[in-house]
Amino acid sequence: MSATPAMPAPLLRVSDVTVRFGGLTAIDSVSFDVRPGELLGLIGPNGAGKTTMLRSITGVVRATEGRVELDGQRIEGLPIDRRILRGLSLSQQLVKPLREISVIDNVALAAGSAKTASPLKSLLHVARHEELAMARKMLERVGIAQHAEQSPAIQPLGVLKRLEMARALALKPRLLLLDEPLAGLNSKEARSLADTIAEINRQGVTIVLIEHNLGEVMRICQRLVVLDNGRKIADGEPRAVMNDPVVRAAYLGGDTLATAAADGAQHA
Amino acid sequence: MDYEISLLTTMGVSVLFALSLNLITGFCGQISLGHAAFLGIGAYVAAMLGKAGLPFLATLPLAMLLAGAVGAVVGLASLRVRADFLAITTMGVGFLFVGIVRQQNWLGGELGISGIPDTGLSKTTFMLLTLLLCALVAAFSQYIRKAWMGRVFNGIAEDEDTMRVLGIDASRYKLVAFAIGTALAGLAGSMYAYNLRFIGPDSFGFVESITVLSMVVVGGIGSVTGVIVAAALLSALPAWFQVIGDYKLLVYGGLLFLMMRFSPGGMAGLVTRFFSPVGSVGKGGRT
Repeated sequence: MSATPAMPAPLLRVSDVTVRFGGLTAIDSVSFDVRPGELLGLIGPNGAGKTTMLRSITGVVRATEGRVELDGQRIEGLPIDRRILRGLSLSQQLVKPLREISVIDNVALAAGSAKTASPLKSLLHVARHEELAMARKMLERVGIAQHAEQSPAIQPLGVLKRLEMARALALKPRLLLLDEPLAGLNSKEARSLADTIAEINRQGVTIVLIEHNLGEVMRICQRLVVLDNGRKIADGEPRAVMNDPVVRAAYLGGDTLATAAADGAQHA
Repeated sequence: MDYEISLLTTMGVSVLFALSLNLITGFCGQISLGHAAFLGIGAYVAAMLGKAGLPFLATLPLAMLLAGAVGAVVGLASLRVRADFLAITTMGVGFLFVGIVRQQNWLGGELGISGIPDTGLSKTTFMLLTLLLCALVAAFSQYIRKAWMGRVFNGIAEDEDTMRVLGIDASRYKLVAFAIGTALAGLAGSMYAYNLRFIGPDSFGFVESITVLSMVVVGGIGSVTGVIVAAALLSALPAWFQVIGDYKLLVYGGLLFLMMRFSPGGMAGLVTRFFSPVGSVGKGGRT
């Protein structure tokens, strides 16, 4: 495989993905690449299809048409758990820790993915020193090591969001998908978690970030893909994308405005 | 002494049966309302093969194999449905088993199978063998709980979708729990058949399925010790109080309801709640 010298082969390639729910088209022929090592922001107004896009990458939702390739291999036909084992990892918008086990046990369970890949392996392995050590490292990385032994049931949202991220990281992903990790946090917490995300990216993890907090997105993302009404309307360097009249119109609301703005841009 | 030996054997068979369901319902969170069908498959396999001249000990693995195989097929067909539908499906399987067996003359039909040959063991040895099997299955259960498999089962019981996002093939694990649990029910069934030396379709009906489920729930879903104690006590009750035998479904159904309503963690949950500080991880439930 010979990629152009300037551009490394994409880690994830989404090609013409369409998702329909009955008569409703949630995603309409969207394509984009995620390059190794980058922190890509996937943004758009409410109902733009960001979460559906992410779900069709992880397999929670099956794409009606199109291809999803991870490292050149098609994954759109695989069930979620297989995609996760191939190197995807998802931190969900609605945090879902297992509440009956401690914070660190939650992360250790994810860290043991090699031992739980098949029931037979899981039956033959008992020890989990390595996984606990790894889990503690991940908790330190996201800054909640002091809550390790506690129950997730009593943690505030800020801690749970970080727990969700630690669990996703413990899967040793090649591509980390974050679905609104900052939602529901106050501005100080959001800023601090955004810093953590940027730091994790600097340590070499490729990240796709869905986020409504545009300030933080602009601060930490290297590239943006913008969706509106299930279509991709922009793709590029954050400042250039946000100055795009089509994107501005989409955020201000209404298709007519978007069209008008686009027309205006053409006339100018 | 004879009475005690036969009572202990009966209790042992019940414990074995309850531990088999505990793997499915207790560990993995999958409710089965038709588990007695697999006890029945084990019992019928053992009885038929025993009458055909196979030695007692050789019938045990074959009973496990067939019960587990049928369990795996039922599991394949039904484990993809959500937990509440699984309860209905397994209930259907339970009725199907009784319905089919009743119509089969070669299985003795309504009359069942009598004259199952003697094991060749003394009553005491048979009792000890039953208790040994209980100990082995209990040890195996405890091992599963400590192994990674137990952690996965535990997670699936709480939240299957989250487990999938952690890269775990939840359907496959549920199938494995179902296959192991039904195979062990087959083992309990063969001990049952050789203990009574008579079996009939009515011994493996809905009432038995509810009885074993109430043993697991009363003991404390997932708790091996709790389930052993509950199964031993509840199986001895009808022997101690004749009247319970007449109102079995009422008594066990009532117990099931009371436990679910007031102590979902069962007896094990009550004990831990009593002795552990408030707010600690794992109170109630799978302890």
